[in-house]
Amino acid sequence: MSRLGTIARRSFLFGSVAIAGGVALGVWYLRSPGTNPLRPEPDQTTLNPFVLIDREGVTLIAPRAEMGQGTQTTWAALIAEEMDLAWDQVRVLHGPPAQAYYNSALMAENAPGPAYGKSAFQHAVGEAMGTLGKPLRMQVTGGSTAMKDGYERMRAAGAAAREMLKAAAAARLGTDPGLLTTQDGAVIGPDGQRLPYPELASEARYHAPREVLLRDPSEWTLLGTPLPRLDMVAKSTGTAEYSIDVRPEGLRFAAIRMSPRRAGMQRFDAETAETMPGVEKVVDLGDGVAVIATNTWLAQQAVDAIEVDWAPAPYPETTDAIMREIEAAFERAPDSTLLDRGNADSLPEGATEITAEYRVPFLAHATMEPLNATAHITAGGLEIWTGNQLPTFTRSACADAAGLPESRVTVHTTQMGGGFGRRGELDFSVLATRVAMALPGTPVMTTWSREEDMRRDFYRPAAIARMRGAVQDGGAVLFDAAVAGPSTARQALERWMGFAPPGPDKVHVEGLWNQPYAIPNARARGHIASDLTVPVGFWRSVGNSYNGFFHESFIDEMAHAAGADPLEFRLTLAHDAWRPAARVLEAVREMSGWPDKPEGTGRGVAMCFSFGTPVACVIEVAESEDGIRIPRAWMAADVGVALDPGIIDQQLVGGLVYGLSAAMMGEITFSGGMAEQENFYDYDALRLPQMPQVGTRILETQRWISGIGEPGTPPAAPALANALFDLTGTRHRSLPLNRSVTFSS
Amino acid sequence: MPATLTVNGTAHEVDLPEEVPLLWVLRDALNLTGTKYGCGVAACGACTVQIDGEAVRSCQVPLGDVWGDVTTIEGLGTPDDLTRLQQAWIDHQVAQCGYCQSGQIMQAAALLAETPQPDDAAIDAAMAGNLCRCGTYPRIRAAIRAAAGMES
Repeated sequence: MSRLGTIARRSFLFGSVAIAGGVALGVWYLRSPGTNPLRPEPDQTTLNPFVLIDREGVTLIAPRAEMGQGTQTTWAALIAEEMDLAWDQVRVLHGPPAQAYYNSALMAENAPGPAYGKSAFQHAVGEAMGTLGKPLRMQVTGGSTAMKDGYERMRAAGAAAREMLKAAAAARLGTDPGLLTTQDGAVIGPDGQRLPYPELASEARYHAPREVLLRDPSEWTLLGTPLPRLDMVAKSTGTAEYSIDVRPEGLRFAAIRMSPRRAGMQRFDAETAETMPGVEKVVDLGDGVAVIATNTWLAQQAVDAIEVDWAPAPYPETTDAIMREIEAAFERAPDSTLLDRGNADSLPEGATEITAEYRVPFLAHATMEPLNATAHITAGGLEIWTGNQLPTFTRSACADAAGLPESRVTVHTTQMGGGFGRRGELDFSVLATRVAMALPGTPVMTTWSREEDMRRDFYRPAAIARMRGAVQDGGAVLFDAAVAGPSTARQALERWMGFAPPGPDKVHVEGLWNQPYAIPNARARGHIASDLTVPVGFWRSVGNSYNGFFHESFIDEMAHAAGADPLEFRLTLAHDAWRPAARVLEAVREMSGWPDKPEGTGRGVAMCFSFGTPVACVIEVAESEDGIRIPRAWMAADVGVALDPGIIDQQLVGGLVYGLSAAMMGEITFSGGMAEQENFYDYDALRLPQMPQVGTRILETQRWISGIGEPGTPPAAPALANALFDLTGTRHRSLPLNRSVTFSS
Repeated sequence: MPATLTVNGTAHEVDLPEEVPLLWVLRDALNLTGTKYGCGVAACGACTVQIDGEAVRSCQVPLGDVWGDVTTIEGLGTPDDLTRLQQAWIDHQVAQCGYCQSGQIMQAAALLAETPQPDDAAIDAAMAGNLCRCGTYPRIRAAIRAAAGMES
């Protein structure tokens, strides 16, 4: 984005909308002023922070991280739909970090209540809380929020731009804007005259509307259909640019080693490294070392040749000791009791009680693109290229590291080779800045080796659940769950903002306390291992990733204890709590032909509600000569509004694979205070031959649009474990499953 | 001493130690960034290129050992001139993050050159070394079948 020129103050912040009866046809009131972060060149015009027009056409700003989930495609489609752009005219840019690009949906997750079956009032409370994202400058991609966030705001941005262009055309033609229409990037006059947007843009700036009317979904031509993704040609030809691919003039390549014990550096000896081929500089970072060289591989060889003594880890040195600390958290007062219905203390008379303990390990994100960023200390400040999920916080943190005001830091947010939450951290951008500070005037790319990436992750935390339930007459009468682990949210928010808000950690218990099952006596308590400082972070579906396994495995145990069919048992509970949850179960029942199954196979079902979306999943397993295979899986999700069914299918399948990989083989263990796994040979993931055929179905029966980037992940592990139980009779209460199950490769 | 390397039909003089892996010659010396670094140990396939038509992990081939002409994703097809395989990748909307896809496509192209009509077992065997964390496998299978004229 150019820094030249001044912007007309035509930017908007969109306030809350009056929505009657959930119909997405609202009058949007456009509040001003806001600050438009776009800095157009003299021949460019911005009509609002999301629409930039030049002679070539229209560029839409999708200020959300594209890490594979297709968010930029659908974000652009929301704007293009109201602007009447033809899809092949659409260009998209991420844009700069800016308050105007705050996430209005992320904080809405903090609204009280379980988030399913929300009334209009509860929804409005959530929207009001979402505006907290603005003063906090939360330009964050996460929490499966992008479509909730953009659904109305971006259509309003498009509609406003369209009305401005029509007003400019009307002024030019001396006619009433009501007589004009728009089509394929042009305003069409009453006599069929065609005025392309680029010809009208500079005049359109002066015609900001006070309100716009959003189109009824029945008029949509782009939304609701599977569009060709805007990044697909580039990603099929090797021309997509990730941060690891930027090549500013004079670029040098750095490798880095920071403490695998996540503490300080006691001493290092770089004598050998200094003289190795290609080495230009050894950088003493104080808490680690880096080597800047002419080639990444030469830098890696040299940095590996440095002898370093690392300070001891600030947490227990072994997995066993860490797990004991998590276990001890059960002895503490609960951090939260967000679900407490009926009487969970006593056992209903005549009911059968069952109890079980479950465990899950730490997990790495293992994005395909290892962490990296490129920083350039210039005379004017700092320029940084980084694939990140939080540009405003990244700019602030890099400015601090370089001792510069934020105004002198330019952040380029690139495509990301996977994120899954890992790129919602600041460390890799800050470290690249610190390395580049050793060579002012030269752009330096700092690439983490795969080993560094895996040893220095912010892991999905290990957790333990203690479950108690009771069944009677074939149904559930009591559910009482407690989960213990370190707090991901507190650690991550502390890193983002320097503080973690007080109050119960809702993320730690998500997926446990808020499931749409009508059980008369129910309780869910969260226990935090607050002294445990093993670095943990947001990992696709976060708390749901472990609570989904605990909850849906245990519900399965309850169904079997009740002598009920596991799917029908859930269906009864869901039907009485929230119909969309029942409908996704009915969908997978029909798709999979449940309860019929081929001979020699086992089937498991799970239904998890996360990020607003209920997802049901049936998984089929079968014995084969070299171990257990997963021939087929079926998934159904109710997203309220399916903006792009093709991308939703990708996310459901992708979420399943991410969850299956973790369930089958994902495990980070610790020894000597260090993660023991370091590369894909000891931290592998599902491979193509292991991939089941997956059938997906998308429902749109719930009232509000909901998230899709993460909800496919939570049901994977329990559906698989439940299928193994069905096949073998063995109940698996600990992950990963390959500790006790041989899977076919 | 500079080595001569032929990549996508163009000869390059490369002045790097001969133990530098081909991957890092391509990416950092020749700015051919379509070939990706994923693991450095031949465990993920992101760096797959072809040498004389054979799919290889470029992170494991030292510059001094390159035995033939190298083809990278840039030498396969371009956005304006796609190969049938790349067109199938687009038709089936395979990519998500896309980072592994250069390697997947180079591997699949070598498979189809060798076995124009691969059965499922052949696809599985050929593609097992190429990791995708986004879970694009079903679409990869479908795109390979389509490119082979075996639309299911």
